[in-house]
Amino acid sequence: MSRKVLLNNISVPGIEKYDVYRANGGYRSVEKALKMTPDAIVEEVKKSGLRGRGGAGFPTGMKWSFIDKKTTNPHYLVCNADESEPGTFKDRYLMEKLPHLLIEGMIVSSFALDAHVSYIYIRGELLYVYHILEKAIAEAYKAGWLGKNIMGTGYDLELYVHPGGGAYICGEETGLIESLEGKRGNPRMKPPFPAIQGLWMCPTVVNNVETLAAVVPVMNMGGEEYAKIGVGKSTGTKLISACGHINKPGVYEIELGLPVEEFLNSDQYCGGVKNGKKLKAVVAGGSSVPILPAELFLKTAKGEPRLMSYESLADGGFVTGTMLGSGGFIVMDESVSVVKNLWNFTRFYHHESCGQCSPCREGTGWMEKVLHKILDGHGKMSDIDLLWDIQTKIDGRTICPLGDAAAWPVASAIRHFRKDFEEYVQNPQGIKEVSYLGELAEA
Amino acid sequence: LKKRLIPINYSIFDCLAFNNPKEPIFALNFKSPLITDHCKLITDMKFSEDALELISRIKKRYPEGKQKSAILPVLHIAQAEFGGWLSPETMDYVASVLNILPVEVYEVASFYSMFNLTPVGKCVIEVCRTGPCWLLGAEDIVNYLQNKLGIKVGEATADGMFTLKTVECLAACGTAPVIQMGETYLENMNIEKVDKMLSDCRTNIKEPISHWSKKHIKKEQA
Repeated sequence: MSRKVLLNNISVPGIEKYDVYRANGGYRSVEKALKMTPDAIVEEVKKSGLRGRGGAGFPTGMKWSFIDKKTTNPHYLVCNADESEPGTFKDRYLMEKLPHLLIEGMIVSSFALDAHVSYIYIRGELLYVYHILEKAIAEAYKAGWLGKNIMGTGYDLELYVHPGGGAYICGEETGLIESLEGKRGNPRMKPPFPAIQGLWMCPTVVNNVETLAAVVPVMNMGGEEYAKIGVGKSTGTKLISACGHINKPGVYEIELGLPVEEFLNSDQYCGGVKNGKKLKAVVAGGSSVPILPAELFLKTAKGEPRLMSYESLADGGFVTGTMLGSGGFIVMDESVSVVKNLWNFTRFYHHESCGQCSPCREGTGWMEKVLHKILDGHGKMSDIDLLWDIQTKIDGRTICPLGDAAAWPVASAIRHFRKDFEEYVQNPQGIKEVSYLGELAEA
Repeated sequence: LKKRLIPINYSIFDCLAFNNPKEPIFALNFKSPLITDHCKLITDMKFSEDALELISRIKKRYPEGKQKSAILPVLHIAQAEFGGWLSPETMDYVASVLNILPVEVYEVASFYSMFNLTPVGKCVIEVCRTGPCWLLGAEDIVNYLQNKLGIKVGEATADGMFTLKTVECLAACGTAPVIQMGETYLENMNIEKVDKMLSDCRTNIKEPISHWSKKHIKKEQA
């Protein structure tokens, strides 16, 4: 269970340089892909069962097949490198260490989508990675993998990096497209989906960094072979960025289907909970996914051991399950106050709401204020129900999934940790003084 | 009444910039060329040659007529060139460079958290305050910095050296807590490292540092 297909060369010194990367088998997939037809590549990706690694887990091959082929407008491929989900730092690691892997995957994917101009939208805070990518792209141009008539096949591709300006909402694909057009990152109504009308109203596919990088092993080993890795419909490997109270935080490539207990406790991965403390809760896929208490995280409600896969983590729906999400694995030990942590996340969503939809703009602020009140020792029992009520009125009522992402952590925290909330309400004197990072409700 | 009429090509921020409350601030002009010509008249600011070269190359990355897309990179460069923040005048100038309306620049600059719309110190200390960093002690670091520098979050020190900001997740949760300064990530921070960071800044930093560092504006030229 430790097969690596993305990070297998990560420890080679100088792998971020073109020569070293090429000498270690880099750009083989481009050589192979340019001899195939675009449709055959899409078929291959469909066979691999590769699913979007950004959070939603939508099958990549299917997403590609939606692109409008009848139009005369140009097609665009945009790489979503606006990684800002709290707990997730896998894309930053991948781009910093293996910039050519992303470029290689983008060339193959652009060819499959008949795109001649592609962009990497990287979040503004990662400007140093922007310069790493610029350098790598310049090397790829020089070696003839980008530009006009790539490797004599007659295929042209221009690849550019575009920096963002610091906004979580630009990780949503239509928000990202708006931002790339030089506007505020307000998500668009769907339909029309970006595959029909995206960037500058042309057919566009937006894929996560890791998804595009995973196209490289899919091409190298063939779709069927790739589909043998993993378990069931969760094929391939996934980068998990582990953080919080664990002994070995970092980015790990796992084969999907690895038991969560092994991932958490094995020295090969997280190395167990820090300082020998007890595990309290885990957020398995970035701050947006439901939080699970230790018992439900390690074993499903049916008593089966949970696996790191899309299906197993979602077992039990939102009542007793969670999601694999973006792979941001946040571990909390027994010392953590779930309520305080929830307040922190809710403040984050309030800060990052773009303000288009009232349920999200107002609701996130209300939830933040109610949680603040409870933490301050002025909470009532009815406030817990009020919180529940607010989150039900955000969930599913907004243009983009940011509203849902703000509601799910609140719902799951109340569902699994209602006692913690009640303790705050019943013993206001017992609360250690809370200090707040930044002022309440800046907006 | 005639005296209070102002030329039609004044933008809303011109009146604010001149700080003349007697002048009406409703005279917005929607003809971009007039405004951009006008901006050239009132401003003597100009990007460095290197930056202009870089901007013209960035503009070419987008299809004909879509150069508005270059706004985010150009604002980053403007912030690096003009003192670490975006004054209304800077934003008007950026509008003229991209040939778009000033209001299109204001709305974008005010949306994204990396753009400072008020003057900042030479070093902007951006402490991540979201979930994982906070679990591992970002709170203590912010409190320590507030006491040590004698300022609150969002304020600048009197000597103009430091501005303290809290920011949302910086995608470095594995090395939490993390501080960003300019383009640099300072990871696994603790109180000793914060002290060292402050003293290093005091001795080494003479000019404002920003996210898009000046060395990249020069280097990319080559």
